[in-house]
Amino acid sequence: MPKRTDIKRIMVIGSGPIVIGQAAEFDYSGTQACQSLKEEGYEVILANSNPATIMTDHTFADQVYMEPLTVEFLQKIIRKEKPDAILPTLGGQTGLNMAVGLSESGILEQYGVELLGTPLEAIEKAEDREKFRSLMHQMKEPVPESEIVSSVDEALSFADDIGYPVIVRPAYTMGGAGGGMCDDEAQLRETARNGLALSPVKQCLIEKNIAGFKEVEYEVMRDKSDHAIVVCNMENFDPVGIHTGDSIVVAPSQTLSDREYQMLRNASLDIIRALEIEGGCNVQLALDPHSFQYYVIEVNPRVSRSSALASKATGYPIAKLAAKIAVGMTLDEIQNPITGTTYACFEPALDYVVTKIPRWPFDKFAKGNRKLGTQMKATGEVMSIGRTLEESLLKGVRSLEGETEELYMSSIADLSKEQMFTRMKSADDERIFILAEALRRKHTIQELHEQTGIDYFFLNKLQNIIHLEEELKQHGLQEDLLLRVKRAGFADRQIARLAERSIDDVMAYRKERSILPVYKMVDTCAGEFASETPYFYSSYEDENESLPSSNKKVLVIGSGPIRIGQGVEFDYATVHSVLALKEMGYEAIIMNNNPETVSTDFSVSDKLYFEPLTLEDVMNVIDLEEPEGVIIQFGGQTAINLVEGLSRQGVQILGTTMDAINQTEDRDLFEQLLNKLEIAKPGGESVTSEEEALKAAAHIGYPLVVRPSYVLGGRAMAIVYSEEELKTYLKTNVTVHNGHPILIDKYMTGMEIEVDAITDGHDVFIPGIMEHIERAGVHSGDSMGVYPTQRLAQSLEDQCIEATTKIARELNMKGLINIQFVVFEDTAYVLEVNPRASRTVPFLSKITGVPMAKLATQVILGEKLPELGFPSGVAPKPNGVYVKVPVFSFEKLRSVDTTLGPEMKSTGEVIGYDQTLEKALFKGMISAGLKIPTQGSVLLTVADKDKSEMLEIAQTFYELGFQLFATEGTAAVIEEAKIPVEAVGKVGSDQRDVIDLIQNGDVQFVVNTLNTGSRARSDGFRIRREAVEHGIACLTSLDTAKAIVDVINVMTFTARAIPPMEAVRNS
Amino acid sequence: MKKQLVLEDGTIFVGEGFGSERETIGEIVFNTGMTGYQEVISDPSYCGQLVTFTYPLIGNYGVNRDDFETVNPSLLGVVVKEHCEQPSNFRSEETLDEFLKAKEIPGISGIDTRKLTKIIRKHGTMKAMLTSTERPVNEVLQILSETELATDQVKQVSTVKPYVVPGRGYRIVLIDYGMKHGILREFTKRNCHVTVVPYNTSAEEIERLKPDGVMLSNGPGDPKNVPEAIETVRKLIGAVPIFGICLGHQLIALASGGDTTKMKFGHRGSNQPVKDIESGRTYITSQNHGYAVDKDSLTHTDLTLTQTSLNDETVEGLQHNRFPVFTAQYHPESSPGPEDTSHLFDEFLRQVKENLANEKGDSACQNVQI
Repeated sequence: MPKRTDIKRIMVIGSGPIVIGQAAEFDYSGTQACQSLKEEGYEVILANSNPATIMTDHTFADQVYMEPLTVEFLQKIIRKEKPDAILPTLGGQTGLNMAVGLSESGILEQYGVELLGTPLEAIEKAEDREKFRSLMHQMKEPVPESEIVSSVDEALSFADDIGYPVIVRPAYTMGGAGGGMCDDEAQLRETARNGLALSPVKQCLIEKNIAGFKEVEYEVMRDKSDHAIVVCNMENFDPVGIHTGDSIVVAPSQTLSDREYQMLRNASLDIIRALEIEGGCNVQLALDPHSFQYYVIEVNPRVSRSSALASKATGYPIAKLAAKIAVGMTLDEIQNPITGTTYACFEPALDYVVTKIPRWPFDKFAKGNRKLGTQMKATGEVMSIGRTLEESLLKGVRSLEGETEELYMSSIADLSKEQMFTRMKSADDERIFILAEALRRKHTIQELHEQTGIDYFFLNKLQNIIHLEEELKQHGLQEDLLLRVKRAGFADRQIARLAERSIDDVMAYRKERSILPVYKMVDTCAGEFASETPYFYSSYEDENESLPSSNKKVLVIGSGPIRIGQGVEFDYATVHSVLALKEMGYEAIIMNNNPETVSTDFSVSDKLYFEPLTLEDVMNVIDLEEPEGVIIQFGGQTAINLVEGLSRQGVQILGTTMDAINQTEDRDLFEQLLNKLEIAKPGGESVTSEEEALKAAAHIGYPLVVRPSYVLGGRAMAIVYSEEELKTYLKTNVTVHNGHPILIDKYMTGMEIEVDAITDGHDVFIPGIMEHIERAGVHSGDSMGVYPTQRLAQSLEDQCIEATTKIARELNMKGLINIQFVVFEDTAYVLEVNPRASRTVPFLSKITGVPMAKLATQVILGEKLPELGFPSGVAPKPNGVYVKVPVFSFEKLRSVDTTLGPEMKSTGEVIGYDQTLEKALFKGMISAGLKIPTQGSVLLTVADKDKSEMLEIAQTFYELGFQLFATEGTAAVIEEAKIPVEAVGKVGSDQRDVIDLIQNGDVQFVVNTLNTGSRARSDGFRIRREAVEHGIACLTSLDTAKAIVDVINVMTFTARAIPPMEAVRNS
Repeated sequence: MKKQLVLEDGTIFVGEGFGSERETIGEIVFNTGMTGYQEVISDPSYCGQLVTFTYPLIGNYGVNRDDFETVNPSLLGVVVKEHCEQPSNFRSEETLDEFLKAKEIPGISGIDTRKLTKIIRKHGTMKAMLTSTERPVNEVLQILSETELATDQVKQVSTVKPYVVPGRGYRIVLIDYGMKHGILREFTKRNCHVTVVPYNTSAEEIERLKPDGVMLSNGPGDPKNVPEAIETVRKLIGAVPIFGICLGHQLIALASGGDTTKMKFGHRGSNQPVKDIESGRTYITSQNHGYAVDKDSLTHTDLTLTQTSLNDETVEGLQHNRFPVFTAQYHPESSPGPEDTSHLFDEFLRQVKENLANEKGDSACQNVQI
């Protein structure tokens, strides 16, 4: 059926900030949806509070509202824009929740706005546990025994009936937040309470445990003519019990016979039909490994992380087609965009194996609880494609950019048998490496299966890899063996380790014998139809399908999996660089391995290589394509890390040179540079031993900022206040600084300033200067950033501009540059220079209208800024105030300390803008999910060094009518200042203590700063975790607290008695 | 053991042998299904062919006792990227290798099956020989050019004697041109009394069985190679409701004056979309055919085109203008593949029922006349 002509303006709801469970995949789906709707001639109004996304660019939507995703703000947009319809099913759980909220508010009816995609009843039937269960019963589809509970007691009594272990699934939470498996009453009590607190409807499902079943997912689509198809099915490497977002997943299913495949396909299609979904849907099923018994676990009535994965795994663009279906088109009339000759009403056939491996944040949260369960913990994922399962898996492992490029980890080789088996059974992020190690130690796959329940099929594949490892160890480099291990996906580095040769040896040996990869096409149809799609993966096979053109071309390196410190911002820059290259007439080739992103959408670039980003993999593509050069500025640290190797191989790095990069990253060179340019920097030294460190510390004076050189997102960076703390730091971070020196700087307490600039080596154009709300010491990614600057004096701004210009010119940089300054006693000191795209590129590009990544790409390829219309200078400041507010995922990450510091912890960001700073901050905070009550109580518990500064905040809270609670020390200071306060006991005291206060929900805010001393540290940690787990805002920086009270102050009216006559007269 | 697969155009693929060590010559085709290798290998329609599986891992769930479509497979060879030596599935009884050895079917693994598939796509299906690498290529090519592929596949795979699968429902005669068990299963599921007869059973013999309906099965090869079957079908049209699948569908077309042609590389897989012209609905179907009914040849026949392939618009379904006779080029019995069109069997039985009611009505009228 042709598209609808009765609607013209469609509002698309995005998914907001990136959090665990809702990440870049929704930028991909949203971008596709907007493009798809515009392609059909509709006007698109987009609402999304996430400025880092590509979808919020004007190129993708006609009107963009980066406003808070709340019913209230969306109502405002609806009133203003009067759209004919809303498409909420591409914005994840947030989009669905907004659709439900808007409908309930009555505004849709009032303005005659139609909900496209999936009927509201379907959303409710799929999301509401009770309705879903009754639908399944009605359809005779089996679901695990379960009960909806709304109290802990109900949960306990049901568990008594069906027996432990049970699974808790809170209703309407994303990424399974608050859920988990419980082995006993104590665990259930805790998990149920937490789950009920997090569920917006205060409901949890208590479910029979079917752990050990195979977990299988079907991505299905349906249109209004009732065509329903399966795009892709996937089988989890890990059996039921681990959230699918935390599971290694392969596509298509591997161990299902056709009968099982069709049985589950029928169930999935019956479900999407019963729900009358128009668009995409994800059905999760559990299949007994010993019978045909299966259960329907969950249905997501929208596009999801899995559908992004399925789109990349098959080439079938689910979100794009879902948008077309939403406006009335049917699958049998939409062309298959990959072949261009066939239609979308078919089921893709794969002739390769896809593996997805989650990327967890435990490299940054070393103390976090790494155990995997029903609550998702991964921040991102990688996908890899191979012609064998072994190849696919090993390519995935090296795409992770972890400490290893293979299934070997030295830390795991050191584990005892008991440690290995315990961790294997309980399942954590390193399980795959542990399994490999166990096989290396000759444990049988039977043993492994008993511990993990992982299917023998997958364990046998691991065994194959280990056997090949042994052969390599035994025989060394041999032509036939080398070909076999390459076909199984071994990296040269892995071969070098096992054969005890150098990587260069292995590569030379391989090249001499022409053991080189070929590139195969992803075409949705297993070669049945001719296809023009430039989407490739490598394999050690016969025929190469990627024929290099003779065009002038450039390779752009992507940023790999989303992780803390390297988010969707880098994908934004990558995509814009690619688009700019195309515009300039270059053939733009991209390499990346993240299935969630826009950059790996095959329609973005001229050629897409879905590959790991190791030197070997990148060089293979370069050898084939012979591009003019490689752009590495937009791929974050991932790409920067390749510079040295690429340069060594004689590859032309376009833009800022390796030498310039070194001068900014190497401590000594950097210091020489700044000295030469007479630019101020905090005193500091670079050391390689404890002895040197202590000497340097004494010389510079505490407090100090310490960090390893060459790290990302402030990993392992800390502020130390004493020699004792420094020693502890050095002890715990020895592994991190392995090979690279530790940097020790003077910690200066001052305002932090961030400058982003584009330079052609001579001219330096500055789109914007931002100031941070939180003082230096809090990682810039975790700070609230304000543009334009509010407190920065012109003379200081000039210092920043001058320093930026000097550095860019001196290093003859080409492209983007980001510099962070701290303002201390009227001087701007340079903290850090990043010779690449920074996190703030999309934010600033959108606000200032300066296409930063595009300009950077143009100058990288030799154009001059003045010719492009951007000579040296600062972009004019727009009206209004724009703030960037970080968003954290602490509720998903147990045992992670929430205190802000030099190490980055946020997973995403939102924007808030308005006419005043306070209004902008309010909107930003609302967007970030902070609840800002204008009355209630606040708990203050701060370190001694912060007590005097805290008073101002206490005073304002008091004046706003808040009741103050404080721990003894803090309370004494407040009382002294004549502000009424109620003292509460420290953690564990007999009287009512701070924890009770938080657990009972008696306070709306907690202000807590990091204290020294281990007791104080651990108490503070408890307080912060309790606050997170109870959904209470915990402010760990006084600057954040100050900003919030200011906001509340503006939003409310104080109640203050008029001053007595005398006071007036005296004043 | 190293083996080579040599195509008549001279392309050589060298890989590892598995299954039987026999040499074999046949027509090389490819199937794009990602599951269902056991059903494909045992589908008699592959008689005379070497089947390339485009999915690279074959044999993952082993071979079980349930999923056969015939007792003795008749395909000539199996071509895969990798065959699984340690299958995993609760029903698995043996590995693919063990099964092929037992059934004396040769296989080759470790070759670039995507390259092979693309050759077939570009140049069409062709003759191929699977043999030891010791045999010189020139010799192999010589043999290939001298070998005429078999044309009597239906005779090879059809039952020699009729047999009955009793039931209490409608009496169906199922003509076996190389029948998949799946078709029989659909009728027994519906309680039919099925008499399976050889491909060359005459119309008279069939009519003596007094069937309520006649089912024409799938089968291998060119439908023009079985003129006796075409003759039988021609006589049966109008006498009894008929449903023809695959080869059966093509025979109905030929019997009605239509024509069939050989396709370049056919349709073989589980994801083929078929559009029903009247309802506008598209179904995902399981297919396996190398010949198709020529659309233009239908003009002067009593047949109406009811369904076409969404991808290449070839004929997928026909309906007779005057009699309860209809067809499907694809496999509504699935096995392997989607079960989305199994309602065609219900439709057939509905037509059978309606026809019986009409006949009863007619005989009632006659009775009145007497």
